[in-house]
Amino acid sequence: MTTSVGTSMRRKEDPRMITGRARYTEDINLPGMLHAVVVRSPEAHAAITSIDTSAARERDGVIAVLTGEDMASDFAGPLPMVWAPPGVEIKTPEHWPLKRGQVKHVGDPVAVVVATTRHAAVDAAEDVIVDYEPRPAVVDPEAALEAGSPLVWEEFGTNKIHEWAIGGGDVDAGMAEAEVTVEHRFVNHRTSGAPIEPRCSIAEQRGDKLTLYSTTQIPHIARFVFSGMLGIPEDQLRVIAPDVGGGFGAKLQTYAEEALVLALAKRLGRPVKWVETRTEHMTTSHHGRDQVNYVTLGAKRDGTLTALKVRIIADLGAYQHLLTPFIPELGFPVMGGCYRIPNIDLHFTGVFTNKMATDAVRGAGRPEATYWIELTMDRLADDLGMDRLELRRKNFIPKEEFPFETALGIVYDSGDYHGSLDRLLEHFDLDEFRAEQARLRGEGVLRGVGFSTYVEVCGLAPSRAVGPQGVGLQAAFWESANVRVTPTGSAIVYTGTSPHGQGLDTSFAQIAGDILGIDPQNVDVHHGDTDQGTWGWDTYGSRSLAVGGEAIVRAAQRVQDKAKRICAALLEAAPEDIELSGGKYQVRGSPDRSMTMAEISGAAHIPPNELPADIEPGLEESAFYDPENFVFPFGAHACVVEVDAETGKVQVVRYLAVDDCGPAINPMLIDGQIHGGIVHAIGQALYEQVVYDEGGQLVTGTFVDYALPTAAEVPPFETDRTETPSPVNTLGVKGIGEAGTIAATPAVAAAVLDALRPLGVTELDMPMTPMRVWQAIQAAGNGGRPSAAPRDTEQSRSLDEQGKGSAGSGPAVPPEGGAA
Amino acid sequence: MSTTVHVDLTVNGERREADVEARLLLVHWLRDELGLTGTHVGCDTTNCGACTVHMNGEAVKSCTLLTAQADAAEITTIEGLSAGDGLHPLQTAFMDKHGLQCGFCTPGMIMAAADLLARNPNPSDEEIRHGLEGNLCRCTGYHNIVEAVKAAVGEVVSA
Repeated sequence: MTTSVGTSMRRKEDPRMITGRARYTEDINLPGMLHAVVVRSPEAHAAITSIDTSAARERDGVIAVLTGEDMASDFAGPLPMVWAPPGVEIKTPEHWPLKRGQVKHVGDPVAVVVATTRHAAVDAAEDVIVDYEPRPAVVDPEAALEAGSPLVWEEFGTNKIHEWAIGGGDVDAGMAEAEVTVEHRFVNHRTSGAPIEPRCSIAEQRGDKLTLYSTTQIPHIARFVFSGMLGIPEDQLRVIAPDVGGGFGAKLQTYAEEALVLALAKRLGRPVKWVETRTEHMTTSHHGRDQVNYVTLGAKRDGTLTALKVRIIADLGAYQHLLTPFIPELGFPVMGGCYRIPNIDLHFTGVFTNKMATDAVRGAGRPEATYWIELTMDRLADDLGMDRLELRRKNFIPKEEFPFETALGIVYDSGDYHGSLDRLLEHFDLDEFRAEQARLRGEGVLRGVGFSTYVEVCGLAPSRAVGPQGVGLQAAFWESANVRVTPTGSAIVYTGTSPHGQGLDTSFAQIAGDILGIDPQNVDVHHGDTDQGTWGWDTYGSRSLAVGGEAIVRAAQRVQDKAKRICAALLEAAPEDIELSGGKYQVRGSPDRSMTMAEISGAAHIPPNELPADIEPGLEESAFYDPENFVFPFGAHACVVEVDAETGKVQVVRYLAVDDCGPAINPMLIDGQIHGGIVHAIGQALYEQVVYDEGGQLVTGTFVDYALPTAAEVPPFETDRTETPSPVNTLGVKGIGEAGTIAATPAVAAAVLDALRPLGVTELDMPMTPMRVWQAIQAAGNGGRPSAAPRDTEQSRSLDEQGKGSAGSGPAVPPEGGAA
Repeated sequence: MSTTVHVDLTVNGERREADVEARLLLVHWLRDELGLTGTHVGCDTTNCGACTVHMNGEAVKSCTLLTAQADAAEITTIEGLSAGDGLHPLQTAFMDKHGLQCGFCTPGMIMAAADLLARNPNPSDEEIRHGLEGNLCRCTGYHNIVEAVKAAVGEVVSA
C-alpha cells in the first residue's frame, strides 16, 4: 500500500452526489411532519400595532399561528452573541426568534404559521394581518453615526455599537518619520454568502429527546446554544447536519428559524420543517462585509513602510447575531499584510442600521483587509514612482525571519513571500504583458493587470488567543477526533469539524489511513452529529484541516501505538521494534514477521490468545487538540482583465494563483478550494452587492438582482503552489478554504484600475459593474469632473443605477446589452 | 381553490399517473410525491438551475414548470440519467475532474451538461461555459465543471 497523503485521491463523497442520492436537510421527511412558514416584516423600522391571525387560523390544514407574544415563554433566553471583549461595551439588544413590539429590518420575523402542508402554510401566512406604524430608518453607517440620525434602538441613544482598538509600536512617530503618506477611503460593500442550497431546519421530539436536522456548519455549537435557549439539558438535544449544500459562512449561525422549529416541535408534539426561500436567504440569512475603511500608510522615499493607521466603520445591521461585532476585527492579525510595518494603529467602530445583521461570509474580515492593504500598496507605489511589485518585495517579511512577530504582537508561523511572487512571475511575463498592453491600447483595447500578495490568518484557533482569556469570544476553538478500528480492519473516524463541500470525508480518510495502515477507501469519516462522536467546534475559518486534521493525526497515532503493542505481543517482539511499512505492521529487520491491521484489530476484539493485562480490548482512541498558534497561508495572485470602454463591461481574461498552504494532503481538493474562492472574490469585485434603498427596502431579493458569476463570466484558472510547512502542527498544514476569496478581490480591482489608467480613472468602488465603470470613464473624460460613480455605501442608489439588469442569472448587462 | 389536474407521464422510464394540484410545480411533485430528491430547489426564480431535469430529451428547469405542463411528457431526472447500474459518462467525469464540492448544484449541472452535449457533441470551452450559464455553482468556480464536460465529450459520443 502506498502513501495516500499528497495524492489527488478521488472523493469518497462523490458517488452519492453525482447520482442524486445525497441527503440534504430538505430531502428529509418525517412521519406526521408539519410545515412552518414565517411571517416577516415588510417594513425596515416600525412599531407593530396589531397582529390579526384569525383568518389564517381558519384555513384548512392550519395547526397553529403564533406571534412573538404567544411564544414568549417558549424560550429561556434570546439568540446569543458571543463576543465579550474585556473592558469593551457592546450594545446588544435582545434578539428573539419572533419580534414583539417593534421590527428593525425588512424580513424581521413577526409570526409563524404551522400547517399540514407547505402550501397550506404559505397560503395562511398571506392571511396574517399585521399593522405597522413605520418609523424613520437609517441604512448608511456613516450617516447613522451623525447627530440627529434616526436611531435603530432608541434605548441606546446612539447607533454606535462599540469601539475596539489595537495597535503596536508608535504610529504617530512612524507617521512623523514618513516622507510620503497615502490616504484613501475604501468601501467593502455588503454581500451575501449565497450557498446554492437554501437553509432548512427540521425538528422532531420523541419522548424527551429533541432532534434538529439543519443546514448548519456548526451542529455542536447549535446544540450548546439551542439547549440553553430552550432551557433543556444538552443530552436532550441532538443536532444533525446531513449533507450540507455549501455554507460560505452563511450557515455559521444560530438562526431564529432553528429555534422556532425546535420550540414548535416541542409545543405541538409533531415534527416541524421550515424551508428557506431564496428571497428569505437574501433577506434574513446574515450578510457579510459592509465596511468603510479609512487607511493611511506612511513610507520613506525609498519605499520602506513606517506606519499604518486604519479606521474601520462596520455596518453591523440591526441585531447582534452570533459573531456579528467580531467579524471586522477577525482580520486584525494580518492587517499589516505580508509587510514589515513597525507601527500599526487599528480602530473599529460598529454601527446599527435598519438592515439584516452582518456576520461571517467566506474570509470574514480578511478579504476586507486584503482589499485595502493591497490597493493602498499600489497607490503608494504610484506616489513613489516605484514599481508596484518592487515596493512589495522591499517590504516583504524575509523568509529567514519566520516565525515573525508583527507590530501587533502576532507571530506569523512561516512564510516565503518572495518565493511565491517569484513563482507567480515564472508563469506570467510582466514585461511581455506590458508590451502587449501598450500595443492593445493603441488599438483601443483596454487591458490591465492587478496583483495581490496576501497573507491570511486561519486555523481558528488557539483558545487562549481567541477565547475568554484572549480577545474575548465566549468559546474555545480546539478540535477533537475519535478513531475506531472495527474487528475486520475498517476504520471509523469521527471529526468534531462539520464539512459541507470541502471533501474532508476524503482528505481525513487519507490522513487516518496512512497512519493506521488502512486503505483510505476503508476509512469512513463521520461528522455533523452531536450524538455520534466527540464534542467539536465545527467548520469555519479554514480550521478543519489545521486543527481538526491534527486531532485526527493524534488519535490515529494513539491507535497505531496500541496496534503496535498488540502486534508486538502476538509476534513476541518489543513494541518499539514494530514498524508500519507498506500497510503492514512488521518486526524491524524481519519483514516476514508481520501482521495487517485487520489481523491486529481482529485480535484486539476477539483475542486468539491472552493479551498482556495492560492492553485493554478494542481499538479506539480519541484526541483533543488546541493549537499553539494560528496558521498563516499566503501567496501571490495576478488577474488580467479587459474593459470595454463603450459599455463599461469588465471581462476577466486570465487569472493566475500561487498559493502556499503547506504540504498538500490532496492537491485536487486544494485547487478546487482556490478556484471557488477566486470566483467568489470575482463576484464581489465585479457583480455581487446586497442593495438596500434609502428607506431600508431590500432591492436585491433574488438571484435575478443579486448576480452570482456564471461559468461564462470567469476564465479557466492557472494554479501553482509552493509548500512552506507550518511549525504549528505535525502535518505542517495551513487552511485553504478562504484563501482564494481573501486574495483575489484586490487583484481583480487593481486590474480594472490598471486597464482604466490611460483614461485617467483612479477611483472606482466595488462592485465594478458596467454602469459604474462606464460612469467613471465618462467622468474622467469630462475634464476630471468628480466621478458620478458613488463613493459611499450607496444604499440610496436605485437598481438601474447599479447597472444591474434583469437578465436572468448573469451579471449586470451594460447599457448596450454588450456581448459577453 | 385547489383544482386538481390529472397527469399521465413517464418518469425515468416508468409510467406515472396522478391527480395533482393545478399549481403544483413539477419539482415539488418529483421531490415530495415521487421521492426523487436528487432534483433540488435553489432559487425559486429559474436562475440557479439546481432543479434541471430533462423533458422529452431537453433540459428544463422544473421549478418553473407546473406538473400539469408535463402531462404526457417523458421526464428524466438525475436518478434516471444512467441506464442500468453504471454511471453516465458525465457522472464519471464530474468525479474524475473534481467537478463538484457540496454537490447541491451537481445533479442540475450534469443534466444541463447532458443536454448541451446532446445538442453540441463537440463544444468548445466557450460553448461549454455559455451552455452552462443557466446553472449556478458557488463552490467550484466552474473550472473543473468545464474540465469534466470536456472529459465526457468523447465518452458521450462513443457511448
